[in-house]
Amino acid sequence: MAGLRVGTAALVAAGRRLPRQLMRSAAPWALKTVPHYSKQRLTFSRSLGSVGYDPNEKTFDKILIANRGEIACRVIKTCKKMGIKTVAIHSDVDAGSVHVKMADEAVCVGPAPTSQSYLNMDAIMEAIKKTRAEAVHPGYGFLSENKEFARCLAAEDVTFIGPDTHAIQAMGDKIGSKLLAKEAKVNTIPGFDGVVKDADEAVRIAREIGYPVMIKASAGGGGKGMRIAWNDDETRDGFRFSSQEAASSFGDDRLLIEKFIDNPRHIEIQVLGDKHGNALWLNERECSIQRRNQKVVEEAPSIFLDPETRRVMGEQAVALARAVKYSSAGTVEFLVDSKKNFYFLEMNTRLQDPYKSFGLPSIGRLSQYQEPVHLPGVRVDSGIQPGSDISIYYDPMISKLITYGSDRNEALKRMEHALDNYVIRGVTHNIALLREVIINSRFVKGDISTKFLSDVYPDGFKGHTLTKTERSQLLAIASSLFVASQLRAQRFQEHSRVPVIKPDVSTWELSVRLNDEDHSVTASSSGSVFSVEVDGSKLNVTSTWNLASPLLSVSVDGSPRTVQCLSREAGGNMSIQFLGTVYKLRVLTKFAAELNKFMLEKVAEDTSSILRSPMPGVVVAVSVKPGDVVAEGQEICVIEAMKMQNSMAAGKTGKVKSVRCKAGDTVGEGDLLVELE
Amino acid sequence: MAAALRVVAAGARLSVVASGLRAAIRSLCSQPVSVDERIENKRRAALLGGGQRRIDAQHQRGKLTARERISLLLDPGSFVESDMFVEHRCADFGMAADKNKFPGDSVVTGRGRINGRLVYIFSQDFTVFGGSLSGAHAQKICKIMDQAITVGAPVIGLNDSGGARIQEGVESLAGYADIFLDTSYLFITGPDVVKSVTNEDVTQEELGGAKTHTTMSGVAHRAFENDVDALCNLREFFNYLPLSSQDPAPVRECHDPSDRLVPELDTIVPLESTKAYDMLDIIHSVIDERDFFEIMPNYAKNLVIGFGRMNGRTVGIVGNQPKVASGCLDINSSVKGARFVRFCDAFNIPLITFVDVPGFLPGTAQEYGGIIRHGAKLLYAFAEATVPKVTVITRKAYGGAYDVMSSKHLLGDTNYAWPTAEIAVMGAKGAVEIIFKGHEDVAAAQREYIEKFANPFPAAVRGFVDDIIRPSSTRARICRDLDVLASKKVQRPWRKHANIPL
Repeated sequence: MAGLRVGTAALVAAGRRLPRQLMRSAAPWALKTVPHYSKQRLTFSRSLGSVGYDPNEKTFDKILIANRGEIACRVIKTCKKMGIKTVAIHSDVDAGSVHVKMADEAVCVGPAPTSQSYLNMDAIMEAIKKTRAEAVHPGYGFLSENKEFARCLAAEDVTFIGPDTHAIQAMGDKIGSKLLAKEAKVNTIPGFDGVVKDADEAVRIAREIGYPVMIKASAGGGGKGMRIAWNDDETRDGFRFSSQEAASSFGDDRLLIEKFIDNPRHIEIQVLGDKHGNALWLNERECSIQRRNQKVVEEAPSIFLDPETRRVMGEQAVALARAVKYSSAGTVEFLVDSKKNFYFLEMNTRLQDPYKSFGLPSIGRLSQYQEPVHLPGVRVDSGIQPGSDISIYYDPMISKLITYGSDRNEALKRMEHALDNYVIRGVTHNIALLREVIINSRFVKGDISTKFLSDVYPDGFKGHTLTKTERSQLLAIASSLFVASQLRAQRFQEHSRVPVIKPDVSTWELSVRLNDEDHSVTASSSGSVFSVEVDGSKLNVTSTWNLASPLLSVSVDGSPRTVQCLSREAGGNMSIQFLGTVYKLRVLTKFAAELNKFMLEKVAEDTSSILRSPMPGVVVAVSVKPGDVVAEGQEICVIEAMKMQNSMAAGKTGKVKSVRCKAGDTVGEGDLLVELE
Repeated sequence: MAAALRVVAAGARLSVVASGLRAAIRSLCSQPVSVDERIENKRRAALLGGGQRRIDAQHQRGKLTARERISLLLDPGSFVESDMFVEHRCADFGMAADKNKFPGDSVVTGRGRINGRLVYIFSQDFTVFGGSLSGAHAQKICKIMDQAITVGAPVIGLNDSGGARIQEGVESLAGYADIFLDTSYLFITGPDVVKSVTNEDVTQEELGGAKTHTTMSGVAHRAFENDVDALCNLREFFNYLPLSSQDPAPVRECHDPSDRLVPELDTIVPLESTKAYDMLDIIHSVIDERDFFEIMPNYAKNLVIGFGRMNGRTVGIVGNQPKVASGCLDINSSVKGARFVRFCDAFNIPLITFVDVPGFLPGTAQEYGGIIRHGAKLLYAFAEATVPKVTVITRKAYGGAYDVMSSKHLLGDTNYAWPTAEIAVMGAKGAVEIIFKGHEDVAAAQREYIEKFANPFPAAVRGFVDDIIRPSSTRARICRDLDVLASKKVQRPWRKHANIPL
């Protein structure tokens, strides 16, 4: 599991509700000729604001959701509320996933790779015909902005729940959308877009705009392949790379050179449009906390905008929506500089995709999973459940956590608490990072930009840094847990003919190791209260000390903490999630710790550097070649035997010296397969 | 002999002396050292074993002394030592000299408590003649063993001895031997003898180190990082066991609800029947608090064995491991399982068996090695066991291996199948290849076979499984069954002993 991550993005939403008149104006728009999908939108907006839908309104009977995971679940949930039947599509590996279980019907559209399943238009069209779905909800990603798909649906007279192809096309192209925006009098970043003849021309353009400038392929999405130039030389480099990429990746030579806005904030306005030319805006979300241009934390409303800026931004967003006859929910993204100048970035012609994943793909099995939905003001959108496999094929984003509050402070406090109460075991996740971000003083003040994470964690995020008080609290909690489990180990239902005589220990002298430092701790218990002295300072720790529960509510000197004990071994090793970060500790009695000093430092274990076949079989696949560096536990090859596939893993981290088998080989028991250096 | 008499005489004199007058009398005595002082001196000497220099040497090797091990293993202050004054009686080769006499000799014995429960203990003292076995040493061990039997308490032996003879005897009594990684070796004949007899070059570590015995020979059941880690784990392990074969499996306070549903199990078995999953995931989520004490985790890994608790009560768990060699049974896993099943049965520990077994491993190595003979051990052990037996078939239960894995036919008390269970003579592909050899439409035949046999119904209609259950209800069902089965009694006709196929 090493090195794997799951993005758990979080939205902090404060209490500002949608303006009443706005919602009223939305109501007539929602009715009449396009009732089906506008209702869908309205329900979505209800989750943002406060509008219900009219249960007498006509709806689709059945829709197909061409997506998976969290968004598919969210759409299905809404459909259920509205009495609409749902059809899920899935790849073969997703057959047991949550969205499939939730839907009324499910159709397998191909094997795991997305190109053969969730992007497989033929199979999806087939599924639509088979199930007689009247409309398709694309969710976000996958086919949501695919004009070809929209066209296929139109040909079959199936409604695409989303903007029409014109809008998708108009906004799908970076340069085109910017021109449109300019025409609609939307602020745009000064720049040039089109075919740049050579490096000299690129330099001329850059000088005209004024440094710094940003160069990228017009057809590339998001921040992909984006290069920033501060001078002529860098412009030449940027031109070379970007034009190569434009030609090779997109088959489209056009480049975008524009003013680079230093330390910008990323703020976006949600818009709704209908087929009668009505359009409105629904306030903003601030998405400045990003990692590799993927959103990590969102907040609404933005702490930065004043009502006037908000209004102008909203009006421009609506102007753009009108310009493209936008008839769906969409998002207009803006970059905002420190002087509240804002520039149109792009428009997403789809349902908001607020929390895209980040980090490395995380794979593994969710051995335990518990959402903090029992807490007030918390919403979780996820498409997973205990036992779900996070597969290598799809977006590693597993859930979105949203908290509300009557003010910003309350929303943030609830987010903190919700993150502490979120149980995710078996795969790595980014709860520690999320929690650090929302308590960071710069974030709390609202002093953020899209560079926040790289500024605050220039060497990468390494977990929470404990203050002295926090450290004492953690040591006291760990010690109390240790003693609680030691005391529990003496509580037997007596059946034995030799009676149990419990040891008469009132005070426990302990030595706790944390971050290579030993701390002296004395603990004594009376009932559920432990009096703990850590490095000389006294603390009272109270809890139920339920050793089975994944969550433990603890009160340390009156301040409430929720901790998670991830593991507790007989040898005294523990890992405890405290303030979002997982800490490894070793608790020993003082006596054991004294004796432990005589133990030899563990020498690096000499795990076998050769991999042999454990049984006769056929090699199905070999995933390494000589010279490759493999990590311990990484799959080296697969052997089929007993009609079963056995994954053979590296016994240690190292370089592959030689590979003695190839796919299709028949191997005997003990045959050498791969040698590591 | 003379020395022994003197001790007795001194003791007699002591008994008539009033304590208040002791100092005065001592000063009047002609003896240079009073009895009290001699007692004190002997005790002090006993506590030092082979002396400070040898204790330091032991520490330098990363090892604890016999007494430190006892103190760490037992509840603080609970150790009651016996035979501290015993000395060896050898007079040859200058052994009778005072400098070669150590009070207590090369082993520390006594009794104490682990989490309040009585245990007898001996701990060999490497600082005294390398912990080697003398007559006195053996006599001390036998004495506590006899006492342990009379009161119905277990004996734990901590071995650290250059002499090899004792090991066999000790192991059989202690039930399980723990050896310590990197600092421990166990062999019948050392590297020098091996070289002279078979001309093999081998190091101590290769021949009888922890790794050898926990991964290849199966002699040791667990290896730990070091003494401290091993002793902490031994305390933990001790809590799973009853004090004697006359006591029921212990029930410890439990915080995990017995009716807890385990939704993650509903999706754990992959849809493709050729895909592996980790049986440990099932075990961890079913037992109390995911707390599993695995035995022999690195030997014959295609079968998982170990101790857990269900609603506080100790259970022994046996499970095929689909992740390793498809979970098939072979010689080593059969013997590993058989020994464990018999251990549980001997100590009244209920058995829970998770079955996903595609069969016995085919091949000449296995047949020549006597897989039939060894497989029979596991079959015999399950059949013979009279403790409560609950079996859950998670996926494959093919052929003879199905029978062996605590099936109804071996008198399993409760046998469940998950909906993914396939109880059949063999897999569809293999079966069809035999039944329809040379047949045209093999694919259709295979589909028919799967439809007929690759599901739990054929077994369920015949009563070979008691119920087909939702995986998520597995924990709740087993806990309930164990409550009922707690009063299980089986009468077997008298026989001298059972005749397991060894």
